[in-house]
Amino acid sequence: MTDLLKIDGLDAFYGDFQALFRIDFKMAEAETVALVGANGAGKSTFLKCLTGLLGTRGQSVVYRGTNIAGLPSFQIARQGIAMSPEGRRLFPSLSVRENLMLGANVGRKGQWDLAAVQALFPILEEKRDIPATLLSGGQQQMVAIGRALMSNPALLLLDEVSLGLAPVIVRDIYAALPDIRAGGTAVLLVEQDISMALQVSERMYCFQEGHVSLSGASAEMTRDMISAAYFGRDKEVT
Amino acid sequence: MPVSNTDAARIGFFLAVLIGLATGPYWADRGTMRLLIEAFYFLALAQLWNLLAGYSGLISVGQQAFVGLGGYMLFTLTMFAGMPVVVALPLAGVLTGLLAWPTAMVAFRLSGPHFAIGTWVIAEVYRLSFAQISALGGGSGISLPTDIVRGMADGRAARESMTYWIALAIMLAVIFGIWVLMRSRVGLGLGAVRDNEEAATSVGVRTVRLKFGVFVGVAAMTGMIGALIFLQKLRITPEAAFSVNDWSVLVIFIVVIGGIGSLEGPILGCILFFVLREFLADLGSWYMVILGVISVGIMLLEPRGLWGMVNRKRRFTLFPITRQVDQNP
Amino acid sequence: MEWINAIVQGILLGGLYALFAAGLSLMFGVMRFVNLAHGDFIVAGAFGALLLFERLGLHPLLTLVIVLPVMAVFGYVGQRLVLNRVVGRDILPSILVTFGFSVILQNLMLEQFSADSQRLSAGALDTASFAIGTLSIGAVPLLMFGAAVAVLGGLNWFFGHTNTGRLLRATSDDGEIIGLMGADRRHLFAVATAIASAVVAIAGVLMAVKTNFDPSAGPIRLLFAFEAVIIGGLGSLWGTLVGGIILGVAQGIGAQIDPGLQILAGHIVFLIILVVRPQGLFPKQKG
Repeated sequence: MTDLLKIDGLDAFYGDFQALFRIDFKMAEAETVALVGANGAGKSTFLKCLTGLLGTRGQSVVYRGTNIAGLPSFQIARQGIAMSPEGRRLFPSLSVRENLMLGANVGRKGQWDLAAVQALFPILEEKRDIPATLLSGGQQQMVAIGRALMSNPALLLLDEVSLGLAPVIVRDIYAALPDIRAGGTAVLLVEQDISMALQVSERMYCFQEGHVSLSGASAEMTRDMISAAYFGRDKEVT
Repeated sequence: MPVSNTDAARIGFFLAVLIGLATGPYWADRGTMRLLIEAFYFLALAQLWNLLAGYSGLISVGQQAFVGLGGYMLFTLTMFAGMPVVVALPLAGVLTGLLAWPTAMVAFRLSGPHFAIGTWVIAEVYRLSFAQISALGGGSGISLPTDIVRGMADGRAARESMTYWIALAIMLAVIFGIWVLMRSRVGLGLGAVRDNEEAATSVGVRTVRLKFGVFVGVAAMTGMIGALIFLQKLRITPEAAFSVNDWSVLVIFIVVIGGIGSLEGPILGCILFFVLREFLADLGSWYMVILGVISVGIMLLEPRGLWGMVNRKRRFTLFPITRQVDQNP
Repeated sequence: MEWINAIVQGILLGGLYALFAAGLSLMFGVMRFVNLAHGDFIVAGAFGALLLFERLGLHPLLTLVIVLPVMAVFGYVGQRLVLNRVVGRDILPSILVTFGFSVILQNLMLEQFSADSQRLSAGALDTASFAIGTLSIGAVPLLMFGAAVAVLGGLNWFFGHTNTGRLLRATSDDGEIIGLMGADRRHLFAVATAIASAVVAIAGVLMAVKTNFDPSAGPIRLLFAFEAVIIGGLGSLWGTLVGGIILGVAQGIGAQIDPGLQILAGHIVFLIILVVRPQGLFPKQKG
């Protein structure tokens, strides 16, 4: 398989504060990868780097053979990386339908359009004219994922999809994942729920204090390995 | 703490400047003295505006409200309450501060850029209101009766010396006051508010009270300077007293060109402003265009102004405010 | 009768104030940015119309064909080249740079056109009026009001029904992530300024026909625009029309009491509303 994404030694900073240290990361086309780690481990920072929301000038973030480090976020989006951001970040003054339509502004052709997204999450059709932030948390999450899908991404980043949602709703949302992957979209998901993360992914990375503390095939991970990598009792990398 | 070499040099420098300025009436001619008086009050106004915008994040375009109020207070107190000028001058400041209190309560309902324009509206309200008061000459203004001026001191030379020393004293008091303030807990709180208001509030800095206090204090001092300005001019009109061009535009240009957020910046800006004016004043409105272009250019290229440029290579300061923090967190 | 006339004139004048305000409101909404030279750009538009009228003999209202696109392009380029550098969390640079522009523009106009008060004559339109009962309504004030309703209606339609309009609303909500939608925020900012500048052009040309103006007439227009925006509530375009009308009526009533009170009455009504209802009459709904 060819690499969709290959990152070598990525550092990230907020002012003087360094949030990521020499991250090496790889993803193949159409692969599903989970990224886990404690709060403040740098997971969301990593996604911000991938989407250009946080500067990575002069570093190495190779996407489909070209270095996208330092590109502005709108150009990265046009090349096919979409994100459902942490906290969902829907636009309050726009309706559900308008929020979804904005995703299409990226202008990439593919299987996802308004009808397809509404077929994936039927409730969004019913609520299409309601201001997006008046929906329930789970429905808002569907809008955020739908908005990202509308750009027909090659790589979809899902940040903390299950945060603050009831387990039954989380299951509903994850039920959409096979349909999303079926079109060949690679998925990188940041998840607090480790068993869910391992269950849906092929490979996983664990971050700890801005470093990669563990990576490998999801199926081979044991609970002990992950808790060690998660809480830092053992920094050994498999 | 032992006095270091740089401290000694600094103190020597200040003493030399101080003695030079204080003896002004003995070496300067009338024209020079007038120019120096003007420089003193512009510098004081600039430092006060800098305390608002540079240190407290309160960007006002309406400080002319307090210059004008102070001026009118002086005229009212001396003409209608029969007070001697030396009493009326500080009292004008106090009264201006009192009027700044309700002014601030209205203006503080606006934040950021809206605060700037809001203060301007309020200054306009004062201007238009004073134009309605016929006892103070309405729109055409009023002159200070000569007997009040004569009551200040015997003879014109003595009067001018006195005005000079008052202006010098106010200017020094403003600079010294801000320096002391910035080294105190208040200064620390203001710095925190300017850097990150939310964080400062969360660690217990009483943001609004602090800003309110600074705004009212600055207004009082500005009022006293306004009183001095119109004591020297001997005539006041609403247009001159509440002039946005004289008391906001020029003052802001001085601070921006010299360097916002430092005590040295306004001094540098003030010197440059008067030098430029001597050479370029004949150009009329082109002079204002040039000042505007310089200010905009500085904001775009080096927002810390000329002092920031001077200071970029070598850390050097006339007024040590910055605390040295242990380098290891 | 005089009072009713004053109120009606005030309402119509409110249309012009809404046109002053719309551009300011739009730029603040999208960029959290206030252009202190806004009033001076309005006056520049008026002088532009005057110049075209004098040199080319264009009808005052037809000058818009040139003034509007020129100002829109100027707005776009100015935002891309200069103002985008000062948009941001720290509001100090943006305030000081636009304040500098205000002074520069005022003095350039002073140098070019002198301090004389000017007025643009629209020929027969100047004196044309309609009688409703005993009330006489001038054609020019009515035209201004109609233009305001048309412009605000057009802007509302644009924001509601076009992709760019949606992007601008989204930028107003959360500009940080607009890049995820494949949109260049710097371009959107410049589009917002271009639209605001086009409205400024319309306001400037209409002002030139309605009243006397001179190079120093800008700042007071900025204050009127600002007052209409705050009275109406930030983020509401129709709110600016209501704000403009309230301001216009307050000034009309003030002038009726004493001509010297016209502007003061407007300011005072603004301050009262600010104290009683600081969020304005029609604040933007928070989601």
